Amino acid sequence: MDRTLLLAAPGVAFLLLLFCYPFGYGLGLSFQPKDGGGALANYRRFFDDPYLRETIWITLKLAVPAALVNCLAAVPVAFRTRGPFRGRRLITTLLVMPITLGTVLTAQGLLGYLGPNGWLNKALRGIGLIDQPLELVHNYWGVLASLIITGFPFAYLLTLSYLTGIDPSLEQAAATLGARRAQRFRYVLLPLLAPGLAITFCLSFVLAFAVFPSAQLVGDPRGETHVISIEAYQAAFQKFDYALGSAIAMVMAAVMLAVVLLVLGWRSLLYRGATGGKG
Amino acid sequence: MADLLERRPTARAKEVTRRRRWGRPGTWIAAAVFGFFFVNLAGVVGVPLADSFGTRWFTTWLPEGWTTKWYGAAWREFSLGQVFWTTALVSVLVVAVSVLIGVPAAYALARRSFPGKKLVLLLFLLPILVPPLTYGIPLATVLYKFHLAGTLTGVVLANLVPSVPFVVLTMTPFIEQIDPRIEAAARMCGARTGSVLLRVLTPLLVPGILAASVLVLVRTVGMFELTFLTAGPDSQTLVVALYYAVFSAGIRTQQSIDAMAVMYTLSMLVLLVIALRFVNPTQLVTRVKEEHTHP
Repeated sequence: MDRTLLLAAPGVAFLLLLFCYPFGYGLGLSFQPKDGGGALANYRRFFDDPYLRETIWITLKLAVPAALVNCLAAVPVAFRTRGPFRGRRLITTLLVMPITLGTVLTAQGLLGYLGPNGWLNKALRGIGLIDQPLELVHNYWGVLASLIITGFPFAYLLTLSYLTGIDPSLEQAAATLGARRAQRFRYVLLPLLAPGLAITFCLSFVLAFAVFPSAQLVGDPRGETHVISIEAYQAAFQKFDYALGSAIAMVMAAVMLAVVLLVLGWRSLLYRGATGGKG
Repeated sequence: MADLLERRPTARAKEVTRRRRWGRPGTWIAAAVFGFFFVNLAGVVGVPLADSFGTRWFTTWLPEGWTTKWYGAAWREFSLGQVFWTTALVSVLVVAVSVLIGVPAAYALARRSFPGKKLVLLLFLLPILVPPLTYGIPLATVLYKFHLAGTLTGVVLANLVPSVPFVVLTMTPFIEQIDPRIEAAARMCGARTGSVLLRVLTPLLVPGILAASVLVLVRTVGMFELTFLTAGPDSQTLVVALYYAVFSAGIRTQQSIDAMAVMYTLSMLVLLVIALRFVNPTQLVTRVKEEHTHP
């Protein structure tokens, strides 16, 4: 018996106890509906009621664009800030700063900034771009903005650390062999970055998919941003129907894993080969 | 190779690089993204900040007058002393325990291959891939069953679930990049396991551990969902207390909520700035290489 392996034992035991067991418990609970009606009654209830069923699309419509925007915006910024230059630390700090905001300050800020009398609408009216204030809060756009602001720093940090993990000598070798900048990006860096980008997208998507406080605070929690997590929370901790709450949580996990597997599967179809150290 | 790259450029060469840099399309895209992001970010931060220092603010650009009274009001009204203490206690405990459990596991995963390793990796990946609210609901149900929810222990346990895998997954590639021959050489020179760990591995691991701890700290202070699901009235962290302050509004004034939100952001900002002084989280990997080339 290799003693080094024992080092992993506490971590594995901890997760089995506090992640796998509750998950299995919740899965079991979801098949024991509070009001009877067979093992699948909770799931049938969820998929039969259009108000509940729609929450999946509403959440996907928020999470996929938010994750895409964050990843696509992170790549050029990460490329630009990977090398040393003056003021790099300041710019990196500013880009990472939204991590410190928290949902409530973001929500309060968005309500004030994007609101009908907020600075953005005032400025746009001031320069004559619009006549009527744009409706940007208490609807879809407010929540999307909140997701982008809170999600971008994570996407940026991840992309940057994948990018700096690529050995610079590979790019130098390509340059020596006569590859132009666009070619180096397309044929050397992008394939090496692809696994990292796929993981970044998945993590951004997961962060956005679990949107809960911002959908309540800047969104329209009964209509346009009635996301699946609100429904799960209300079922479990306001109506105290733990079984239905667990069932909705299981549906959430299934949808999310499906998207993640799709992205990772697509990635491995497109590209097979050695990755740049991490991946 | 490294010496060539590190050579100090002359003033002329610097000027040429600067011109070349602005000639790149990537630079313009990055500048546009950064500018757009920063202008809007300033707006989002500016509004609550101005509001928390303002007397009354309706439809003008700025509040009518300035005051600091909302900060005192918020401190008393939401008993923030207690809330700050809870937050600090929870985050320090989570960081300490997750490093203690996570780093050894990462070492085992980085250095050994064994049957079922993929399964173990999946086990460490899942809590990060699944949104906290998804497993948070069953987890809170189980913690309620064992009368742990509503206590500080429950909050710490719930927050450890994503933190331990996070440490493992950030530390595994970090440890993989440390040359195993260094440990082998130490053993050849007669070092025991204890001193290999203490005097060879630990100094090499410190940057990675610091970076992982900082990220876990920021995540825990900012973790809303899990704390929200498991906290009781006296185990609320700042972010959850803030949410309840907004939702149980009514008599509460908007300004004192904003003042509390600004205090939260300020404390997070202090953490972040301290963190960035000690460790550059973007250089998790390259730092090791630099240390190897410049002994």
